[in-house]
Amino acid sequence: MSTDTAAAPKKESLFSKKNRRLLSDPLDDSNPITVQVLGICSALAITVQLQQAVIMSLSVLFVMIGGNVIVSLLRNLIPDRIRIIVQLVVVASLVIIVDQVLKAFQPDISEKLSVFVGLIITNCIIMGRLEAFALGNKPGPSFLDAIGNAMGYAWILLAVSIVREVFGSGAISLPGMGQVKFLPSEWFMSEGGFYENNNLMILPPMALITVGIIIWIQRSRNQSLIEEN
Amino acid sequence: MAIDKNSTGYTFLFSIIMVVVVGTSLAYTSLSLKERQNANAADKKMMDILGAIGIDANRTNASKLFADYVVERVAIDMGGRELLATSSAVDPKDKADPFGIDVKKDYRASVKSAVKAADGDEAALMAALSEDDLRFPLFRCAKDGASLYVIPMVGSGLWGPIWGYVALEEDKTTIYGANFDHKTETPGLGAEIKETFFTEKFKGKKLNANAAALFTVTKGGATTDEYSVDGITGGTITSKGVDEMINRTLKVYYRYFESETRAQR
Repeated sequence: MSTDTAAAPKKESLFSKKNRRLLSDPLDDSNPITVQVLGICSALAITVQLQQAVIMSLSVLFVMIGGNVIVSLLRNLIPDRIRIIVQLVVVASLVIIVDQVLKAFQPDISEKLSVFVGLIITNCIIMGRLEAFALGNKPGPSFLDAIGNAMGYAWILLAVSIVREVFGSGAISLPGMGQVKFLPSEWFMSEGGFYENNNLMILPPMALITVGIIIWIQRSRNQSLIEEN
Repeated sequence: MAIDKNSTGYTFLFSIIMVVVVGTSLAYTSLSLKERQNANAADKKMMDILGAIGIDANRTNASKLFADYVVERVAIDMGGRELLATSSAVDPKDKADPFGIDVKKDYRASVKSAVKAADGDEAALMAALSEDDLRFPLFRCAKDGASLYVIPMVGSGLWGPIWGYVALEEDKTTIYGANFDHKTETPGLGAEIKETFFTEKFKGKKLNANAAALFTVTKGGATTDEYSVDGITGGTITSKGVDEMINRTLKVYYRYFESETRAQR
């Protein structure tokens, strides 16, 4: 256990049953948003449009994988006393790289996400996984754990943003495609039709309610998640 | 490993190496992406200037539309004297080009503190800034046969910088259009200055050359006349910032417009 930096453990296959659970658990049973209730702030703030949620999810995925793998590689070198600072520096550097790349290649979305890209640094999911998992596990499992948790975060973001954008703006947007309105404009009340977008969906409270509904569905399917008392 | 991981020396060594590695990689990233980011920022600036005269541009056609509509770019100094006028193609790298004048940087570097120190005293502000060699850009646009003047401005909101572009009609007293933006104003309150419902109010309003204030942004909900607009309710400090920014900036340009009219006579 001195300078072990091998990419994958030799005895145990990277896709053993235990490791597969690292990928699948965060999607459902230990979902960072709906079960652990971490990273809620950004989930509420940037789910007005699907394209923002997609870019945010990719950013978190990148930071998560980078952070987990780097910290896991360095886990035997990091002095205990400054480990939180080291984790913070690793995450912050990755976030700055993401921010710079977005500014260069996706300027409009970068503008809309504004401070929330920077706030990935404070996303509890990332620091939590670094501290709880990467610091004590090899890079292979850490990599899977990162993907699992980032995807667990991502699917909630995507689900919430699809609901909010469809009912709030009557449209769906993807990065590089812009917003596609799928309802004919004559249907809208402003054009003399019968349909009106629900403005409440655009507002932050509706994100919380949507997340709440997802939690409700999840817990009614999986009773073991319900706390007693 | 023989080294004690928890010794002070090792901790220091680790920190130093970490800082060097991280610093180098971030500096490299920043430098290699700089050019693209600057190009994006220039496009955005063109979109904002075109937006003030009611042209809806996007990133792909911004530079073409800018070349079509903006016929002259002028740089003036604090006293309203013309320093440079050009109508050649925009060169984002050219420091002398009025398009390249970074009013935000100037504001941060000197104007902001001077405004605070002067506390509404115009002469004191003039005196404080007279040695700073500030340059102010003006964009003369031609739209539907009429000349329009687009003036960039920067000021302070509640939490951070606010900025905008105001377009004046050929008579130089009627506001043709305006747009504002901010960095960190409160969503739902001060942040509303960037919304169209607020900027629409500026259209057709006039500047009052005879009064102390050229233009007023009133406290939210107050009655307004020809020379004022209603501020944002609950965003009083941001609204005041818009007011201060418009008056301070437009006064500089007014001196230029006046000297220009005298020259024509």
